[in-house]
Amino acid sequence: MNRREFIKRMAAASAITAAVAMFPGIVFAKEQMQNLPDGDILWKKSPCRFCGVGCGLKIGLQEGKAVAVKGDPESSVNKGLCCVKGYHSVMALYAKDRLTKPLVRKNGKLVETSMEEALDLVASKMQGTIDKHGKNAVSMYGSGQWTIPDGYVASKFMKGAIGTNNLEANARLCMASAVTGFLSSFGMDEPMGCYEDIDHADVFVLWGNNMAEMHPVLFSRMLDQRMQRKNVKIIDLATRTTRTSTASDRSILFKPQTDLAIANAICYEIINNGWMDTGFVKNHCTIKKGKTNIGYGLEDKFAFKDEAKGIDFEEFKEFLKDYKPEDIQELTGVSAKDIKYLAYLYGSPNQKVTSFWCMGMNQHTRGTWINNLVYNIHLLVGKISTPGNSPFSLTGQPSACGTVREVGTLTHKLPHGVVMNEKDRKMAAEIWKVPVENIQPKPSLHTVEMFRALDRGDVRFMWIQVTNPMVTMPKLKRYREAAQKDDRFIVVSDVYPTPTTDIADVVLPSAMWIEREGMYGNSERRTQHFDQLVDAPGESMSDTWQIIEVARRMGFEKLFPWTYDNHIEEIWKEYSLFHKGKKHGMVPLEVLKSEPGAQWPYVDGKSTKWRFHGKYDPACSKGDTYDFYGKPEGKAWIWARPYEPAPEEQDQEYPFLLNTGRVVEHWHTGSMTRRIPVLHQAVPNGYVELHPEDAKIMGVRNGEKVKLTSRRGEIELPASINERGKPVRGHVFVPFFDEGLLINELTLDAFCPISKQPDYKKCAIKVGKA
Amino acid sequence: MPIKSYLVFPHVGKKEILIETLGDLNWCEILPSENKELIVLVTDTKNENEEEKCFKIINTIPALDHLTLVSGFEENANNVNK
Ligand code: SF4
Repeated sequence: MNRREFIKRMAAASAITAAVAMFPGIVFAKEQMQNLPDGDILWKKSPCRFCGVGCGLKIGLQEGKAVAVKGDPESSVNKGLCCVKGYHSVMALYAKDRLTKPLVRKNGKLVETSMEEALDLVASKMQGTIDKHGKNAVSMYGSGQWTIPDGYVASKFMKGAIGTNNLEANARLCMASAVTGFLSSFGMDEPMGCYEDIDHADVFVLWGNNMAEMHPVLFSRMLDQRMQRKNVKIIDLATRTTRTSTASDRSILFKPQTDLAIANAICYEIINNGWMDTGFVKNHCTIKKGKTNIGYGLEDKFAFKDEAKGIDFEEFKEFLKDYKPEDIQELTGVSAKDIKYLAYLYGSPNQKVTSFWCMGMNQHTRGTWINNLVYNIHLLVGKISTPGNSPFSLTGQPSACGTVREVGTLTHKLPHGVVMNEKDRKMAAEIWKVPVENIQPKPSLHTVEMFRALDRGDVRFMWIQVTNPMVTMPKLKRYREAAQKDDRFIVVSDVYPTPTTDIADVVLPSAMWIEREGMYGNSERRTQHFDQLVDAPGESMSDTWQIIEVARRMGFEKLFPWTYDNHIEEIWKEYSLFHKGKKHGMVPLEVLKSEPGAQWPYVDGKSTKWRFHGKYDPACSKGDTYDFYGKPEGKAWIWARPYEPAPEEQDQEYPFLLNTGRVVEHWHTGSMTRRIPVLHQAVPNGYVELHPEDAKIMGVRNGEKVKLTSRRGEIELPASINERGKPVRGHVFVPFFDEGLLINELTLDAFCPISKQPDYKKCAIKVGKA
Repeated sequence: MPIKSYLVFPHVGKKEILIETLGDLNWCEILPSENKELIVLVTDTKNENEEEKCFKIINTIPALDHLTLVSGFEENANNVNK
C-alpha cells in the first residue's frame, strides 16, 4: 500500500469509527472494514483550540510536528466529528510570521530582545507603576482562550499577591450576561444540562443563535437527531436569515431587542392556556421583580445595583398582560400566530424542549434579563434539569467557562465565590497563603470601564494575554487612542502580530495550545486536559509561565514555588481545593489525562450530567426531585423583566441597524484562521451583508464598496447580497474577523447594567455607496 | 494534498442516487453503510483549489441532505505559508 492509499484508509477508518459512535449498530460491508490501518502517525488527544463546543480531537504527530486531525470518537461532545476550523487547527501553529522572539518598543519601533530582558522590563514597569500610581493603576486583561492554569495564576498574582481586582477577561464581552442570568435565576453559574440533551429533546428553539456556523458540530448532532427521530423540530428565532434558518424547520424573524417581549408573550400564552406546571412552580420557584429603566452604561463610572423584590403569582400574571401576542406584533415583527406556536411547543406536555443561545442574547443591553426570561419559560412548564429539557447557554470560546467563569478571572470573582464575600476572601487567602487584607473587598473595573480608566489615566499599565482588544473593543477609536497615550505601558502576549501587538510596548511570544500543557473547560461543564505535544517555537513561553516569571521577579516567588515540570499538576491540585464538594467538585488530574474530559461536579468518580435534580445530581438533598440549591429554600427565581428599547435605534440620520458576528471559517479576529490558507481563501476579507432591496435602492451590486457610518466612525466594505446571510430591510451584518476592516470603529460601548457585557448586535448607522 | 473524510447523509429515499452521483466524481471514494441512511466519503484532491471545487460540487447534489467532516490529512501541513 502506498503512503497516499494508507492515509485514505486511515481517513475512512476515522469516519467509520465516528459513524459507529453516532449510530450504534451501524454496519459497513466486511471488505470495507478490512485492512483499516493504525498507522505510523502517533495520535494524541486534545480539545480543539477554537470554539466553546470543545470538541475532542486526536492530533496526528509525525517527526515532531502536528500533521493531522481527526474528531475523537471517544469524546461524547463530538462523537468523532469536527468542523472545518477544528480540522485545520494544527496549521495555525505553523504560519511563517509566528512570534518567536520578545519585542520591546525603542524609539517608537518594536525591536527584538531576549526573554530575560523582556520579562525584567515587564516586572519593573509593573512595579514602577504601582510605586508611582498605586496598585489599582495596573491591570490584566485575559481571555476565555486562556487555559485554566493561565487564569488561575493570573488571579492569584493580581488579587492575592499584588492586591488589586483589576483583572478582567474578554469573556466579559461574550459570556457575562449568561453568568448574571444564571446567578440571578439559580444562584449558581453554568448550564444545568449537557450536550446529551440533544439526543433527548424533541424541539430545539435557537434564540438568536446561528449554530450552523458558530457551533457547527452541535448543529450537525441536531440534524442527525432529526434524521433519526421524525418528531424532532428545529426552530430558528433570529434577526437575520442565516444557514441555520435555512436548515431549520421554521425560521421566525424578530426585531432586535424585542426577544424580551417575545419571551414574556410566550409566558403569557403558557399561563393563559393552562400549560403551566402549577405543582412545579409552587414547589420549586419563587417570583421576583427587579429595578426597571436601568440605563445603558454609556457614561464613564456608570454604576447600577439591582434589587430583587418578591411578588406573588397574580402580580406576575398582571405584569404579563402587557405582552399579549396580539399586542406585541408590531413591536416584535412576529405574528401572534408564531408566538402562540412557540408557546405551544414549550407548553405541550409531551415534548421535551431545549433552548440554545449564545451572543444574540448575551451581547444585549438587557442581556441578564433575556437570560432570566428564557429560564422563566422553562420553569413555568417544568422543563428543566432532566434529559432533553434544557435552557442551554452556549459559550463562544474554548475555556470561557473553564477559565473565566470557574477560575473567576473577572474583577468581582475569586476561584470560589466573589470578592465581596468575606468567607470567599478568607478561603482564597488561606489557599493562596496571603494575608486576607491583600484581597480587596470591592470589585474595581469591568472590561469597558478598564479601558475607559486607561483613557482617563486611572490605569497606566495593562498586560493583555490571548486576546485582541484593538479589534474587539466596541467604540474602538477611544480605546486605541487610550492605549497609545503617553505614560501608558501595554504588554501583549500573543502568537502572531495583531493590531493589539501594534500598540504594545512589550510583546511576549506565547506558546500556543498543544505547545504547552493545559486544560480548557467547555460549555457543558466539561474540563479537558492536553499534554504538550510539540515544541514551542523560538523563545515562546506559555502564558502561565510568563506570569509566574514576572510574579517571581516582583518578589512573589513563595506564592509560585513550582518547577516547570510540575507546575500544571500543582496548580490543578491547588485550584481544586476551591471547589471541593458535591456542588462543584473538580475532576482529578489522572482522570483528565486518561479521558477526553469529564464534567464537574465530579462526585464519587462520576461526572454530573444534569444538575438540580435528585435523580442525576448527588448535591441535591430533597430526594428524587428538583433542588435548586444555589438559591435559598432550593427554589429557582422567576423574574418579571419588561421589554426596554436598545439605547440607539434607527432614526432619520442613521436609518440602518448594524449587527456584527462571526463566520464558521474564522475564529474571532482571524489572527490564527486567516493564516490557514484554505480558511483564508474561503473568506478572505470582511464584507457587509445587505438586503437585496436596500442594495437595489442604493444602486449597489454584489462586491461593490459600501460606506457605513455611525456616530463613532466610518468604514468601507464590499457588499454581500444574497450570499451567506440575508438581513431584513434596514439592517446590515458585518463579521468582525478582518483586522483590515475594523467594524468596531462603529459599534457602541453600551452594556447590560447588570452583567456589564457590551451589545455588539445593534447600533444605528447610515449606509451608502462608497 | 488534502485527504478528508466525511459522514454524508442523503435525503430520505435518496441514498442510492447519492451513492451513484458521488461515485461519478473522480475525487470521491465512498463506503455506504449497509443498514443506515449514511455514507462514508473520502475525498482525495491535488490541492486546495481542487478541494474547494470538489466540496462545492458535492454540496450542490440534490440528493444530499448534509455532510459533516470527520478527519483530514494535509501532507504539507508542515509547510503552511512557508
Ligand atoms: S465545533 Fe468548535 S470545538 Fe468543534 S471542531 Fe469546530 S471549532 Fe473546534
